Parts: sequence; structure tokens; C-alpha cells
Amino acid sequence: MKAGFLPKLLIAPSALLVLVCVYGYIMFTIYLSFTASTLMPQYEWVGTANYVRLMGLENWSVALSNLWVFASLYIVIAMALGLTLAILIDQKVRAESGLRSVFLYPMALSFIVTGTAWKWLLDPGVGLEHTMQTLGWSNFTFGWIKDSDMAIYCVVIAAVWQTTGFVMAMFLAGLRGVDSEQINAARLDGAKSWQIYQRIIIPQLGPVFISAFVILAHMAIKSYDLVIALTNGGPGRSTWLPSVFMYQYTFTRNEMAVGAASSVLMLVAIGVVVLPYLYGEMRKVKNG
Amino acid sequence: MKKTIMGVALAAAFSVPAMAQQSVEVLHWWTAGGEAAALGVLKGNLEKQGIKWNDMPVAGGGGEQAMTAVRARVTAGNPPTAVQMLGFDIQDWAKQGVLADLNDVAAKEGWDKTVPAALQRFSKFNGKWVAAPVNVHSTNWVWANKEVLAKAGITADPKTWDEFIADGEKLQKAGFIALAHGGQPWQDATMFDGVVISTGGVDFYRKAFIDLDPKSLNSPTMLKAFDRMSQLRKLVDKDFSGRDWNVAAGMVISGKAGFQIMGDWAKGEFIGAKKVPGKDFSCFRVPGTQGVVSFNSDQFAMFKVGADKVAAQTKLASAIMEPGFQSAFNVVKGSVPARTDVSDKDFDDCGKKAMKDFAEANSKNTLVGSMAHGHAVPASIKNAFYDVITRHFNGQIDSKKAVVELAAAAKS
Repeated sequence: MKAGFLPKLLIAPSALLVLVCVYGYIMFTIYLSFTASTLMPQYEWVGTANYVRLMGLENWSVALSNLWVFASLYIVIAMALGLTLAILIDQKVRAESGLRSVFLYPMALSFIVTGTAWKWLLDPGVGLEHTMQTLGWSNFTFGWIKDSDMAIYCVVIAAVWQTTGFVMAMFLAGLRGVDSEQINAARLDGAKSWQIYQRIIIPQLGPVFISAFVILAHMAIKSYDLVIALTNGGPGRSTWLPSVFMYQYTFTRNEMAVGAASSVLMLVAIGVVVLPYLYGEMRKVKNG
Repeated sequence: MKKTIMGVALAAAFSVPAMAQQSVEVLHWWTAGGEAAALGVLKGNLEKQGIKWNDMPVAGGGGEQAMTAVRARVTAGNPPTAVQMLGFDIQDWAKQGVLADLNDVAAKEGWDKTVPAALQRFSKFNGKWVAAPVNVHSTNWVWANKEVLAKAGITADPKTWDEFIADGEKLQKAGFIALAHGGQPWQDATMFDGVVISTGGVDFYRKAFIDLDPKSLNSPTMLKAFDRMSQLRKLVDKDFSGRDWNVAAGMVISGKAGFQIMGDWAKGEFIGAKKVPGKDFSCFRVPGTQGVVSFNSDQFAMFKVGADKVAAQTKLASAIMEPGFQSAFNVVKGSVPARTDVSDKDFDDCGKKAMKDFAEANSKNTLVGSMAHGHAVPASIKNAFYDVITRHFNGQIDSKKAVVELAAAAKS
């Protein structure tokens, strides 16, 4: 069936809005990153000076190394936990739908709420440490969130808690999609449960792994609200991520051009993760 | 012909009718109880003159969100009449060429004579008045709970740095938190203001933080200042990180802690808790900084507005500078008036002391802009300094490295 004129007309306004408000402003940001903008946008061209300055900034390298630690741990742990939970739920347990909801629930919260709740939980004065000590475990200490070297791991904990259920749901859908004929055949041949998972089911979950990775990776790169609510970038500057850097430099340090340069680099990073995936999907649609 | 008629019709449709009532639109971040009440005084004064006040409050203590809102309005070519602003932000906006010229009203009312020169440095740009200062806060204050000090056996306010540290240790021995502090970059820097003045004196502070002289920034005196910050670090409790300043003030008020080093906006918290200055709590300058005032001043920057709004804007500026309002506002706010000819009769003990110190500092030329609050260096360098001070206070770098990084930050 050939699309007529009406569908195109209906889609046009939103397409136009996206074109201007998303792609137009991406172009504008890229342009700004080559100008001498400070407090307000200016259009004096300065070439790559902002990128050079950005690369030399201590805060940027701190933000990058934090992102590296945060993203790798967050992706690996969320995937491992999600897969484990999915496999456990897949054992035809009782009250499966109830458990699914329990694990999925954190996803319904915004990162601001998650961050604030975990901020209190992890605070030594009111949270976990305090509770354990009042329960009588007097030498229990857990002060990571106040420790510059460990605070970034607190961000990982909260982020993993938020997303694991969602990753579990993805894997669960994948597990349910595996052909039961093969599994039954394997069982007849006397394969044990863990062997079936290891050799038959998990290898068939490739596409789910890729989808989960793409979703988690772009979430990690654009994380902002969680860090702001949980630690506000502190103690000191120890939990800055590139997004925090971007906001700080653009809006509080009056260095709009440097902020724009950092956001362009973040866009490139997300592009590197997402584009191959999109390309693969497109090819599937074409060939499928 | 048709086109002309269309043009006329359009112009008629879109031309704004002349306002029957004059109005001002004021963007500020004074949304907390006392501050909002103080601003109500100004609103009332203007409404008596028949000028309507359109309030545009943007929550958020340091005004970051407010600046974002201003950016959007200015970019859209529709700036507010007046915007609350601090220090170098005023100069940055003035450089963009979007601020109004208040010289006529300033000359008529003699602002040049009554406003201290150290403040004019921020209120004027290229010889033109662009902002009206509302108040002067100062950052080198210590707030102390008298009852707690008495319990720890401290009878007099510490006069020197060493006495202050010794008193802190006494407080800790008596089971109190010696220094209530919130580990946020701006709070660390607020303490650093006082510490640098007490370590190197006012001329050193000027050289380092206003002239950005590399020799002073990277000097043994600065090293000593950082070492003193490490001494203070030992006096705070272990859960200080990320705590808001008013929570820290609450610890002194409730008797958990003895001292707090904070600007005089902290006084509002004490007054709000029905505490009496001189009886329940005492206020004294950071030991070793008596006679020097490191200040920050809230001002209302006036933006270039349409000709129909200029009259109201001028009346607003003049109402802000009016001595009666300056007194009423600052009594509530905990700061001192931005002009030196206002009587101190309505102020409490701490307020009277602050006014005396302010007048003295102005006449002896020891009134210096606060680095921590954007009155010594522009935002980009201020924040780079914050980075160093905060990392050092949190033990991520030692004093030696901090001094080197501070000198490097001045070039950022």
C-alpha cells in the first residue's frame, strides 16, 4: 500500500520541529564551540582554540576518567545482574509477575528521586552506617559517599539499582524467544541446566546483549541528574562527569564555547556507540 | 496601495498601546522568608508612587538559575527591568552592552559620594552607573554559641589564630563539634577568604586575589594559609561533606557545635531561631582580620529597556538607594547598607559592629572584594580557585601542590 498525501502532511509539523529544535541546535552548538562565546553567544570565529583549552583542563580529564570508571562498571554490573535475575525468574517460579514488577519498579522513578534516596541511604550520619550502629554493630562503617576516592562507586550503585530491572526485562523477553525444540532436544541428550544456558540459550541472546549495551552506554554518557542529586559532583570535584562539566562551564563559569566543545565531544561519543547499531538495524529492515 | 493599507493595519494591530500604569519587572532569587519580606518593603515604596511591581523570583541561592533565565530573556530581546546580580557578573553583562545608563539619577542623588569606591568598582562600567547596590555582606565573620563555649571553658572570643585553634580543640575535648561547616566549594572558599587575610594581611590578599600576582599566589604565605585550612579541616565533623550552610548554622544554634565561619547572612538564621546577639551567640571577625572587611554586595543591574519603561526604572533605582529603605532592608537581611550615610539606630549589636567595621574599612582602604563570592576575580578564575581549595580541603592534594595549582588556576 503506497502512503498517500495525508500521512505525510500529518507528520510534517513534528518532522519540522525535530529538524529545527534538535538538528538545528546541534549545528548551532557545534558552531558555538568554534567561537569566542563567553556569557552570551558571540559569532567571532576562533578555530579549535576551545578544544585545545578543553583538553588541557584538569576538570575535563577528571570528568573523563570518572566517566570511564562509571560507564564500564555500570554497564558490566547491570548486564550481569540483569541476566542473572532473568535466568532465575525464568525457572517457572511462583508469583513471577509480582517479582517482575518488584525488579522493574525502580525504573519508574526519575534519577533525581533515586539520587536523593540513595544520598540519604549512603550518608554515614543518617543512613546505612548510622542504622547498623544503632542496631548494635558499633564498628560498622560505610562512608564511601564522603570519600573522594570511593564516591564514584556510589553513583554506580545507585545507577545499577535503577536500571537492573529494565535490563532483566529485556533478557527475559530474549529468553522467552529461544526455540523450546532445541532445549527439549538437549534435555533428551542429558544436558544439565547450566550447560543448556551456557551453550544454547545465552549464545542466542546476542541481539539482546547489543541492545542492552547501546541503551546503557548512552545512558551512562548523558548521566547528569543522578550525580547532581546524589553528590552534586562532590566531595570536591571527585564525581564530575562530562555532563556536569558541560553545565558548569556553559552556565556558571561563563565559558559557553568550552561548554559547547565538551558537549560536541559527548555527542561524538554517543554517536560512536549508537550509529553502528542503527546502521545494523537499518540493514535488517532493508533485507528483512 | 493594497500593501500600504495592509502595513498600516498590521502596525495598528501589533503596536502596543501606551501603558496606563508604569511597571517594573524585577528578577531576583530572594525567595526565602526574611529576604522576601525585606524586598516587600521596596515593593511597597514603589506602589506608593503608583508603580506596579512584577515579581520574577527564580529559586536557587547563588543565582545560577537566575542568570540562565536572564540569558534567555536578553537573547529574546526582552530583558527584565532589573536583575539581582553579584560582582563580576554585572561587569560581564555590561561588557555585552545590554545595561542601562543610570548616570543622571546617580548625579542628582550624589551616589558617587555615598557609595564606597570598592563597591563602585562593580556598580559602574566605563564611568557609567549600571547597577544600584542594595547591601554589603561580609564574609570574614565567626558565629559562636556562647553557652557551648562556656561549657568548654572558653571565656573570651579568640583574638589570634592560634587561640582560635586552641579553643577549637577545647570544644572537641568537651565533646562538641568545634567548627560547623558544610563541604560545598563556595563554603570552603568563604573560609579561605578569612584565612588568607589573617595569614598574609590585607595587602597580600589584594596582591594574590585581586591583582592575581603569581609571586603572591605561589608563596610561603599562601602555603601557610593552606596549612591553616588543614587545621580547620581537623575541627569539622566527619559528615561535613555536601551539607548546606544553613544546616551548619543550625548546628551552632542548637548547641551541637561551637563555631561557624560564614558570611553575615548566617545571622538571619540565628535571629530566626529567636536567639539574641551578644547574649545567646556572639559574632566576631575571623581572628587576625579585625579591621579588614571582605565584602560581597547584592546589586540590581538595570537593563536597557524600551523608552516607555525608563521612567519607572529610574524610580526603582532611586527607591533602592533611598536611605530609609537601605536601613529597613539590611536590618532584616543581616547585611549593612551600601551607602555610608545611613544611621545604625535600628540595627542589633552585630549589625552595629558590622556598620562600624564597614565605615572603618572604607576610610582605611581595607575594604576588599570577597574572592569566594565573585568580588575579586571573574567567574571562570573564581571557579578554578574553588577547584583547588575544595580538593585541598578534602585531602585530595597537599598544601604544596595546592599552592602550585592555585597559581596555575589564576591563568585559566
